[in-house]
Amino acid sequence: MNLRELEPGTVQRKVGEAVLAVEGVSLAFGGVKALTDVSFDVREHEIRAIIGPNGAGKSSMLNVINGVYRPQQGRITFMGETHDRMEPHVAASRGIARTFQGLALFKGMSVLDNILAGRNLMMRRNLLWQALRVGPALREEIEHRKRVEEIIDFLEIQHVRKTPVGRLPYGLQKRVDLGRALAAEPRVLLLDEPMAGMNVEEKQDMSRFILDVNDEFGTTIVLIEHDMGVVMDLSDRVVVLDYGRKIADGTPDEVRSSQAVIDAYLGVKH
Amino acid sequence: MTVQAGMTDTFPKLLLEHAAVRGERPAIREKDLGIWQSWTWREMRDEVEWLACGLAQAGLARGDHIAVIGSNRPRLYWTICAAQALGAIPVPFYEDAAAQEMVYVFQDAAIAFAVVEDQEQADKLLEILPQCPRLKRIWYDDPRGLRNYTREELVAYEKLREAGRAAAAAQPRLFAGEIAKGVGSDTAIMMYTSGTTGHPKGVVLSHDNLVSSGRAYAELERLRDEEEVLAYLPMAWIGQNLFSYAQWMVVGFRINCPESGDTTMTDMREIGPTYYFAPPRVLEALLTQVTIRMEDASWLKRRLFRYFMDLARRVGARLLDGKPVAARERLLYFLGELLVYGPLKNALGMTRIRVAYTAGEAIGPDLFVFYRSLGINLKQLYGSTETSVMVCVQPDGEVKPDTVGPPMKGVEVRVLDSGEIVLRCPGLFRAYYNNESATRDAKDPEGWFHTGDAGFFDDTGHLKIIDRAKDVGKLSGGTLFAPKYLENKLKFFPYIKEAVAFGHGRPEATAMVNIDVEAVGDWAERRGIPYSGYADLASKPQVRELVRECVEKVNADLSRDPHLCASQIHRFVVLHKELDADDGELTRTRKVRRGFIGEKYATIVDALYSGADRCVVEAQVRFEDGRVGAIRAELAVDGARTYAAEALAA
Repeated sequence: MNLRELEPGTVQRKVGEAVLAVEGVSLAFGGVKALTDVSFDVREHEIRAIIGPNGAGKSSMLNVINGVYRPQQGRITFMGETHDRMEPHVAASRGIARTFQGLALFKGMSVLDNILAGRNLMMRRNLLWQALRVGPALREEIEHRKRVEEIIDFLEIQHVRKTPVGRLPYGLQKRVDLGRALAAEPRVLLLDEPMAGMNVEEKQDMSRFILDVNDEFGTTIVLIEHDMGVVMDLSDRVVVLDYGRKIADGTPDEVRSSQAVIDAYLGVKH
Repeated sequence: MTVQAGMTDTFPKLLLEHAAVRGERPAIREKDLGIWQSWTWREMRDEVEWLACGLAQAGLARGDHIAVIGSNRPRLYWTICAAQALGAIPVPFYEDAAAQEMVYVFQDAAIAFAVVEDQEQADKLLEILPQCPRLKRIWYDDPRGLRNYTREELVAYEKLREAGRAAAAAQPRLFAGEIAKGVGSDTAIMMYTSGTTGHPKGVVLSHDNLVSSGRAYAELERLRDEEEVLAYLPMAWIGQNLFSYAQWMVVGFRINCPESGDTTMTDMREIGPTYYFAPPRVLEALLTQVTIRMEDASWLKRRLFRYFMDLARRVGARLLDGKPVAARERLLYFLGELLVYGPLKNALGMTRIRVAYTAGEAIGPDLFVFYRSLGINLKQLYGSTETSVMVCVQPDGEVKPDTVGPPMKGVEVRVLDSGEIVLRCPGLFRAYYNNESATRDAKDPEGWFHTGDAGFFDDTGHLKIIDRAKDVGKLSGGTLFAPKYLENKLKFFPYIKEAVAFGHGRPEATAMVNIDVEAVGDWAERRGIPYSGYADLASKPQVRELVRECVEKVNADLSRDPHLCASQIHRFVVLHKELDADDGELTRTRKVRRGFIGEKYATIVDALYSGADRCVVEAQVRFEDGRVGAIRAELAVDGARTYAAEALAA
């Protein structure tokens, strides 16, 4: 059952045109083919999941989208601009943010500072201005701080605002990582296994936050996740990869009943 | 004390008075986005006016009930005041109540309107909407997550405020006119008592009730309009309503709403309340935290802490009461204030406290003395929803850990032969809503209210409460058995969170114990004992041994009192799950429902008395999302050493 249907009186959000498309992407590390001719698109405001067994190329796909890996073939179209390969700084400045499977936080810094760091690209004043904290730099900082506080409020982490991230339990660190990505006010948010290593309650919380981000900010979300239940509940459409190839693409129900997917997950007799 | 003629007799009139007299002073603050936002009395008057006009326009009429559901938020306080301005009756709900628990109240009070805090509460009301056909409008404060809801019953608070603002501009006399129609004998609020059995009962309290109670406290403690108060307890609890609403309105001080439940400690430190109210469980949780943090401290700090806390226990409370103390100890206590007490009070946010109260249930004497010995003027009081918390209070200088003080001015208290306490006071409720028979049972024709509590006056005229009258039982040997007394003694240990004692009609007393997962978890980590979760931790033999030590200390203590010596705990079980209000094991105010627990865990009770050393228990648990699951566990039953009365006396 889709989580949205549980809520009384909600309507389906307006899913728009494709904002992001990958076409014929192939990626190899030496002789190892991580991705072979993968194409799919992501529509505005939707939650798009990429699933697949271990080593199917899911994380590689995300890394191609935000420019960490350079594919040998294929194109990436983001908001009407087509790139043979994405550069990380271009991805970030055009509005693609991501969270990481293994977390990318400054452990010694507070939650507040970590999330503030996520706004780095949006700071207009240079280092000197910021260090002096006068006039326009101060006004700007207040504005950034306000946005960060809104995210803290949104993710319900007020009680650890000033706690160094390294001292937080894992589930909360994941939430801070999401906050850091949100601070960049992304159009598209890439989530790499947002629920890995969480207990049931933490997973429910995280699902709630992902849905809320999607609803409240209208952020388009691409997520990789192992927990099938979560994926089927959250996503509008699902891409299934296996050995670097796309084997299915469609709504959770379509994907669930696809023979190729069942074979990939349960194995087939050869 | 009755409200004198000419004195302001309703809360909305008090609001107008404050807006005129101290209009530019802050009335209420809320921490939002990391900053304390504040509203002055004048701003608040305007907000309440707009809200009242909006509610009137929506059809809220004199005598109607309106539900208020959520944590402490300025807008919910304004809703209460706005409803009162129109002569309507606010009905606050516990924010953690399950949807189905709310149905009865909505039906009973024929509630058509509700103002709720957020999506969580709105979802609950939408769920029960089919059962509550009268409910036609739900206003929500926080729009988060509600953007895509299409139900027409749901409207944003913001819209109500804007509509009200326009209505107020069109009819500038409406607000003041409606307020002027109100009199002190009107119903001010209806609070449902959690009730250990049957349906909750709506306690109808008038403005006179609450204002006279508020005035009595203000006079007694010489409260001023500079007091800072933290509004952090459930709004549906009479204690919270009296301290953060009635007294606030009577005196005109400031209330401060914390950012969220989890930040209360930090927020309290920032505010530094001067007047503080906390039920024993909050004080207990704070002490547990202090104890844990002290164990982490360096060797020197631990030594200092122990030395000065010993000193404080000897002389601290005496100093507070103004009793004579030797010069040397005075000097040492002063040193302790610099080195330990001061910094500790600062960490707790209690530096500025002038008066602190505790109530709600009996407080363990050691816990009580701990705070007093630090120089915090913590006092006990006694009251209930039905009495507007206006019965007994300990006056300065006459504070004893085991009594609740003498009756307040204007309150008559008697103890019946059965041990039950009956009383008459100006704060006494008018009736139970729609429930004449219950009203008749509780209030006799001469106006005496039967509290259901058992107790007696000690030789200094202080009332001592021992237990609920119906819970006080007898061991099969015929000696008195007050289960609450044993439970409180157990709960004082930081390792024990909750305890349930049995013994009525039995040859000896036994107990079920809930460990405090934080304190015991910390204890286990220090000893390198691995555990996976609550149930696992609770079943560790070392943990059971730890609990046994606590039980035996209680037994040693009991053996010193000739009346209670027979109540020593012979056997106990460490429960595998936390007792929870969602499973019906605790009331919403977190009191144990002993009878219910006795039935639900009958197999454990049998094992406690059969001499078996293990028992299997299957329990239903209700998860936070409302689903129901079962936990099956095998529990060990342990025995504890008991002491003969003579052995210790010798």
